[in-house]
Amino acid sequence: MITKDAEKVAPVTPAPVAEVPPRRPRRQHRAWDEVPRWQIYLPLSVYLVFTLVPFYWILLFALRRPGSTSLVPWPLTFEHFEKVWNERSFGTYFQNSVLVGVVTLLMTTLVALAGGYALARFDFRIKRGFMLALLCSQFVPGALLLVPLFQIFAELRMINSLGSVILAETVFQLPLSIILISTFIKNVPYALEEAAWVDGCDRFTAFRVVVLPLLRPGLIAVGSFAFVHSWNHFLFALMFLSNQEKQTIPVGLNTLLSADSVDLGALAAGGIIAAVPVVIVFAFIQKWLITGFSAGAVKG
Amino acid sequence: MAQAAAVAKPPAPPRRSRASLPYLLITPAALLMLGFIAYPVVSVFSYSLQHYNPTKPWRNGFAGIDNFVHAFTEDPLFWDTLVFSAQWVVVEVGLQLLFGLALALIVNQTFVGRALGRALVFSPWAVSGVLTSAIWVLLYNSQTGITRYLADIGIGEYGTSWLSDTSTVFSAAVVADLWRGVPFFAILILADLQSIPKDLYEAAEVDGASRVRQFFHITLPHLKDAIILSTLLRAVWEFNNVDLLYTLTGGGPAGETTTLPLYIANTSVDAHNFGYASALTTVAFVILLFCSMVHLRLSKFGGESK
Repeated sequence: MITKDAEKVAPVTPAPVAEVPPRRPRRQHRAWDEVPRWQIYLPLSVYLVFTLVPFYWILLFALRRPGSTSLVPWPLTFEHFEKVWNERSFGTYFQNSVLVGVVTLLMTTLVALAGGYALARFDFRIKRGFMLALLCSQFVPGALLLVPLFQIFAELRMINSLGSVILAETVFQLPLSIILISTFIKNVPYALEEAAWVDGCDRFTAFRVVVLPLLRPGLIAVGSFAFVHSWNHFLFALMFLSNQEKQTIPVGLNTLLSADSVDLGALAAGGIIAAVPVVIVFAFIQKWLITGFSAGAVKG
Repeated sequence: MAQAAAVAKPPAPPRRSRASLPYLLITPAALLMLGFIAYPVVSVFSYSLQHYNPTKPWRNGFAGIDNFVHAFTEDPLFWDTLVFSAQWVVVEVGLQLLFGLALALIVNQTFVGRALGRALVFSPWAVSGVLTSAIWVLLYNSQTGITRYLADIGIGEYGTSWLSDTSTVFSAAVVADLWRGVPFFAILILADLQSIPKDLYEAAEVDGASRVRQFFHITLPHLKDAIILSTLLRAVWEFNNVDLLYTLTGGGPAGETTTLPLYIANTSVDAHNFGYASALTTVAFVILLFCSMVHLRLSKFGGESK
């Protein structure tokens, strides 16, 4: 009787003896990611204070009344924004910056797609030289070429036209974009394109129908970097656009910064206007960004 | 290509793909780069051998190596700015790497709020140099900046202006640039950290290696390439970048924070001394060329790009 019962019960509740005894003391058994919580949260909080206080500071100055020294932006006021947008022409600067950013994005992506495809899919005589030129020109600083660039644009009668800034931004964005896009294209199996040829597509159609959709994450990364860089960059616009109506947001910010007595409220509001599109771009593309983030971040 | 050839019956490329197609495809990029990078570089070299100043046309003409001789022997500002550039690059890149590595290790852990933590930590990365200047001018402002509130609680004195005092301006500028530079390293190193196979750590656990030993024997060796590459890229970038210092300090006070590129910009834009500025640019190029050769050597140019 007793033995029978024991046999019945045994499979349902396994004897505690059957459990594997811990081979090592608990401290050593800890997995890699089981770091004491305070070792994560303490340094992270300290660093976050350093990161976030400056952001809070600019919001504070933009939103509190002029002359106020309160550390809380209350009561809220938008007068700094109105002033900067209307009196300090940030409305015009904003339009110019959007135009420069969008056209730079389109040109960079198109030209880099063509170049990147050639590098990824063909072996041709000057390929190595072209690659070397791309790698080296990443180190050529636009800031050191301001004088000859100015002369070229003067020769082309493009000084004071947004075209000069768009061209310059595109050119200095190209090397990295081509290298990135060619890497992305290499990751798409060539066999996919060949299959499309067999089905009667020509090379362009095969590329458009088969490869392009797969490149979407990479193109979004490259395009948004081109946009953000041209949006943020200010030296070319400062040099090539002397006409106030043609200037861009960073130049406008610099004008506010270099005034004899800086209007801090206006500066803060202008800074936030400058930051908004970048924030929006990154919020939208975040899910695609991981692919291109590490590679694109190289450019700084 | 080899894969395609290995297939028994490789599909024929469509009719319109000619041998000239790759050349056609790189033409726009090549033309743009020839016209707006290569040609300006060449013209900088040729100007460097000339006296060229549009405001003093009577002195224009061939100068030989006069400009270089002047820079190296008669221009103390050149040496000052060169030394400051080196100081700036070493301090910035060193600190950014240190903090970036620490941050990457932290946000690579699993913890509650990690996604938000990462997003916030990385956020200054996309902020432009001019905007960084604007933010830090607001913070450093002597009347309503952070020093006023620190003085309120008894730290420091009222009316302190870190940006106009020669003893504090360097640290003040370094901190401002760190603020937006650290995320660069944190992002790159985090991406590389994630590619380290987890079982390496598990094996180390089994062998009883401490976390410190795991860091020095697994993590650091694995990160070596990424660290070398990003350090060099960042060094070149920090050397070239004039946005922040131009707008934050203007190279001042009293030229204390003028880097070589900033000095070049001032020489050409304000003083119109294009010949001399071009000679200085050539010197900067040689320095950069040296750096990029080191970079290409270390990143093994010609191998598959990562």
